[in-house]
Amino acid sequence: MSFLNYLISGISLGSVYAIIALGYTMVYGIAKMLNFAHGDVIMVGAYVVFTAVSTWGLPAVPSILISMAVCTVLGILIEKIAYKPLRNAASPLAVLITAIGVSYFLQNLALLVFGSNTKSFTSVVPFPALQLAGGQLTITSVTIVTILACILIVLGLTAFINKTKPGQAMLAVSEDKGAAQLMGINVNATISLTFAIGSALAAIAGVLLCSAYPSLTPYTGSMPGIKAFVAAVFGGIGSIPGAMIGGILLGIIEIFGKAYISAQMADAIVFAVLIVVLLVKPTGLLGKKIQEKV
Amino acid sequence: MKMKMNKTAKQNAVTYGMVIAAFAVMQIMISTGHISSSLEGLLIPFCYYVILAVSLNLVVGVLGELSLGHAGFMCVGAFASAFFTKCMAETIPNSLVRFLLALVIGAVAAGIFGILIGIPVLRLRGDYLAIVTLAFGEIIKNLVNVLYIGKDSKGFHFSMKDSFSMGMEPDGMIIVNGPQGISGISRDSTFVIAVILVLLTLFIVLRLIQSRDGRAIQAIRDNRIAAESVGINITKYKLMAFTVSAALAGVAGVLYAHNLSTLSATSKNFGYNMSIMILVYVVLGGIGSIRGSVIAPVVLNLVLDYFLRKFQMMGSNVVLQFLSDNRMLVYAVLLIAMMLFSWSPKMIQWRERVFHRNTEKEAQ
Amino acid sequence: MAMLEVKNLGISFGGLRAVNGFDITIEKGQLYGLIGPNGAGKTTVFNLLTGVYQPDAGRITLDGKDLTGKKTIEISKAGVARTFQNIRLFSGMTVLDNVKVGLHNHHVYSALAGILHLPSYQREEKEMNEKAMELLRVFELEDAAELLASNLPYGKQRRLEIARAMATDPKLLLLDEPAAGMNPQETQSLMDMIRFVRDHFDMTILLIEHDMRLVSGICEELSVLNFGEILAQGKTEDVLNDPQVITAYLGE
Repeated sequence: MSFLNYLISGISLGSVYAIIALGYTMVYGIAKMLNFAHGDVIMVGAYVVFTAVSTWGLPAVPSILISMAVCTVLGILIEKIAYKPLRNAASPLAVLITAIGVSYFLQNLALLVFGSNTKSFTSVVPFPALQLAGGQLTITSVTIVTILACILIVLGLTAFINKTKPGQAMLAVSEDKGAAQLMGINVNATISLTFAIGSALAAIAGVLLCSAYPSLTPYTGSMPGIKAFVAAVFGGIGSIPGAMIGGILLGIIEIFGKAYISAQMADAIVFAVLIVVLLVKPTGLLGKKIQEKV
Repeated sequence: MKMKMNKTAKQNAVTYGMVIAAFAVMQIMISTGHISSSLEGLLIPFCYYVILAVSLNLVVGVLGELSLGHAGFMCVGAFASAFFTKCMAETIPNSLVRFLLALVIGAVAAGIFGILIGIPVLRLRGDYLAIVTLAFGEIIKNLVNVLYIGKDSKGFHFSMKDSFSMGMEPDGMIIVNGPQGISGISRDSTFVIAVILVLLTLFIVLRLIQSRDGRAIQAIRDNRIAAESVGINITKYKLMAFTVSAALAGVAGVLYAHNLSTLSATSKNFGYNMSIMILVYVVLGGIGSIRGSVIAPVVLNLVLDYFLRKFQMMGSNVVLQFLSDNRMLVYAVLLIAMMLFSWSPKMIQWRERVFHRNTEKEAQ
Repeated sequence: MAMLEVKNLGISFGGLRAVNGFDITIEKGQLYGLIGPNGAGKTTVFNLLTGVYQPDAGRITLDGKDLTGKKTIEISKAGVARTFQNIRLFSGMTVLDNVKVGLHNHHVYSALAGILHLPSYQREEKEMNEKAMELLRVFELEDAAELLASNLPYGKQRRLEIARAMATDPKLLLLDEPAAGMNPQETQSLMDMIRFVRDHFDMTILLIEHDMRLVSGICEELSVLNFGEILAQGKTEDVLNDPQVITAYLGE
């Protein structure tokens, strides 16, 4: 039974990673950059919900919506101010370093505003846990909501990309920015939209993450951000199903690693699995092999 | 070709000269007692940050690959050397000899890790290589934290779980104590040795770049396919750059470890945060500019630590107080501003218009 | 013995047979042209000859030596040099260094010798400098020696690419659309230079081209490639007057 408990925990944690990974993979596929600050947008999202619920006493759903709105605006602003000017820079490292700067900025801004002491995050999902198999299998409400959220988001995003005009525009820009522009697609708006969606998802991820693991500090987003990025690469960067599979697998590996091998080595195990996968399949599980033109 | 040799030799001389001049100035300040204890405490860190930046620039700027796990090699060098120093404290009482040996051990250990990691990793494409190097850096830090090594009359004992599993005799000595690391290290790092190591690092890296192998490495950066077409062994040279870089990072680790009495691996000193900090030095100093990698870490750390603290002591200016209390925030804003100013194509155009800079294009 | 002998060379990509049954014989010192419509597989043939792709059929023999299935580095060492459709220079390095990289396998010293400036370093570097400058003189680029390769005008970049290829001391030089992007005067200079390279270095040259003036001006023999297969082969005037070739290709 504990195996099932761990499995469900893993899928739940993995769902959070998947939601974060989606943001990374979309931005990478469409804007061709690694948004290092993505993990910290998660942290901002969590803090907004915390403030809304604890300080202003708002109920859960409006708080989450406010958080999504704040993060969406934040994501668009960051892109316009810090990333767009570097889109055609001589080195792709330039925008990466700037993203690192944005990450430091968000972390230290949160430090300034909220202080470094850990905030205790009250779960936004107040229904009782589900007890199955005579009490041996416990599924918390957070877990159910998290997994459901992940599934809905992936389905919604896939439908959006395949069936709507803005979604198809995103696909076109990811394939060939120049051609998309020539076809009349507003590349700037499409990229802004990508960041908007990714940041909104980050807000949701932040809420879900802190509901399951209730301690919140300015550095809370950092490691999950890195792990989610690993998940996105693992699943094949640029691929939406890849992000989902990568995220969930990573969550499962992490929880099983903690449970069956060693709690302290869990992170190392996660990274080790990534390395092994990339060595066998260098473009990730669902990644496309890109032929270099000679 | 005398002209070219002189030009490169001159540029190198300027770089060495800067280091020697800075050293001389610092030494004077130390011997006349004009140096604050906080600045004095930064002297050895300046040196290992420079070594870290220069060695990372060999991979990022000269080879053209993004490595995000540089701190992992520093960690290997630090722990291997500290372990040696602690074990040999009585066997080799002469601290200078022992420290020199520790330096070699740290460099070699880190270099070996460089080869081991480089072989599988260097054939990955850019972004994947970056994430795998980051992964390795984290794994190394993680592994070191679950390492328990002890020594008693029967020999060495080893465990990955806790200190008791080593099954040592009660009077055995714990050398590596898991997350608590290694304590009681002899603080053998001195400013003089550190500066010599900086000069040695520059010597190795600059000469390597300006040699046949250095040209091969740069050719791979500029056009891998063309490099292959003229018969350059891509794997060999990628590995060479990566390994030399790792070994030098190991040397920095030795300096770091022997500047403290207790060495432990946290996310702050050996995690991706440190790897990224070094990358920031490299980018701000100029990717590919070795001299820039000497200047950037020193200037940034001087500004951050030293001057802001000075402003704080100068007193009541509210703005300065705010800046000083939140220096990381200021640093982040400065970083973003600097990146935009130096790298944004629109910014570069504006600068050229305003300052009439020519772009050295040969008359067509 | 022919300098280059290729028999039945072939490769598929996915379900597409990109090159099929490719036969060619080039004698030493010949100026040979490979022409055909876009997408016919000409660069693919070059990539097969230089080990970028591995053929799934056929044999490649250079001056009697079997090069089939060998890697790019070995093929380069055996004496095949090439230039690329999109000029591939080492953009961050000087013009002189670009050529010195071409000399890489002919002047060897260890990394340690390079760091310590041992006698082997000093001797080989001196020779490399002299040889590289000599090549630059031959290609009229010696004034640009210290410039960054990316700062050269287009025509000179192409010349540098050829100079670098010649630095590898090849037996066979492959030029992939050397006249691409050139105006008529530049093309004429290029034609003179290619002839000069053949004469001065006693070089065997196989080139891919679309510019018919260049092809008919300097190539002695031609192969025409269409959909991966040879359509016609032989003396230039014969091939260019072949009705099949005209239909398939020379609609321009």
